Amino acid sequence: MSDCMSSRRDLLKAAGAATLLAPGVFLLAAPTPSKARPEDTATDSSVRWGLLVDTNRCDQECTACVTACKEEMGLTGHGRPATDAQYIRKVEIAEPKTGFTRSLPVMCQHCSSPPCVDVCPTGASFKRADGIVLVDRHVCIGCRYCMMACPYKARSFVHETTTDQLPNNPRGKGCVEACTLCAHRVDAGIVPACVEACHSKGRGAMLFGDLLNPEHAITQVVAQHPTSQIRADLKTDPGVRYHGI
Amino acid sequence: MRILAALLIALSLGGLALPVLAGPPDVPKGAGEKCLADAATMRRNHMSMLMHRRDATMHQGVRASTNGLKACLDCHAVNDGAGQPVGIDSDKHFCRVCHDYAAVKVDCFECHASKPAAKKAAEAPAEAEPMAPPEAAQESGAATPPKPEGPK
Repeated sequence: MSDCMSSRRDLLKAAGAATLLAPGVFLLAAPTPSKARPEDTATDSSVRWGLLVDTNRCDQECTACVTACKEEMGLTGHGRPATDAQYIRKVEIAEPKTGFTRSLPVMCQHCSSPPCVDVCPTGASFKRADGIVLVDRHVCIGCRYCMMACPYKARSFVHETTTDQLPNNPRGKGCVEACTLCAHRVDAGIVPACVEACHSKGRGAMLFGDLLNPEHAITQVVAQHPTSQIRADLKTDPGVRYHGI
Repeated sequence: MRILAALLIALSLGGLALPVLAGPPDVPKGAGEKCLADAATMRRNHMSMLMHRRDATMHQGVRASTNGLKACLDCHAVNDGAGQPVGIDSDKHFCRVCHDYAAVKVDCFECHASKPAAKKAAEAPAEAEPMAPPEAAQESGAATPPKPEGPK
């Protein structure tokens, strides 16, 4: 066990080195196993899971994260983009005056003050101790207040009877759902599917880790480089941060 | 008199239906040596055990895998003729055998998968593509320089 811990620590240290290429551009370390928690223990607030997206590295054409998410979570669409469930999507932003554009993945931002939790009438929307915001579908009544409240348009409603769900993501008609930050993987010490795909198929623009752990690469990178939260003015304090926008 | 006649008719109908309903259902045997508790306890309390598990898993991330719904299905999957586990749409499904008999609607599987993960999916985390070490990421980064960058 101690060997395992020390090797993990070494790995994290190695991963912590984010290489500065040019002003405003840095390479993000490859995904590393996160702190695996014994599976019979509860999450606690000593951890705050977060994601960092380097928009300078995110390729406009690449949708590896979106594809990986659909595959991991068993999201099957009906060919109706307006209502099909999406946990992560690519968003194009443009500065009209300069023509500056960026493409970035947007998913549930896992806010520390989540508006979806504020408005939920049943307590189905909740925040786990480690900062992951989830929907308890056993309690969700499908009122969709949270979808209205979310400034990031992160949640989806399941409109139709679903079949062939995956064991790791039970989902059904009449419930709201969103990115779970791959809680089932994180609990097992594996990085989220989008991050893994971004490194294996994309250009390694995403970094996952514990924002409270100084040994994690993400914590070191956000301490050294300018990063921002989307709609920081709303003071929702997202756990997902972006670099380069 | 009418009541008696009705009773007789009902009894005779019941007598006709009796062979169909004879005896308790033939419950498929699960894999492994024994279940979490003896059969009587499981029959009576499995729903409470699942209820407790689901909230601990959902809200606290407790994922000890021995007594969740996934673990139930791992042992109690019933294979069809082709050796594939059947889903809840089949009346041979472990849960349905009893629930059909007791006429208790089970709606777990409107959301939950009713059969164990396919082999490939189950092994996915272990067999995921090897994560590139930081050096590799740097190399690939050098090979494909980022698009024009710079501050806004």
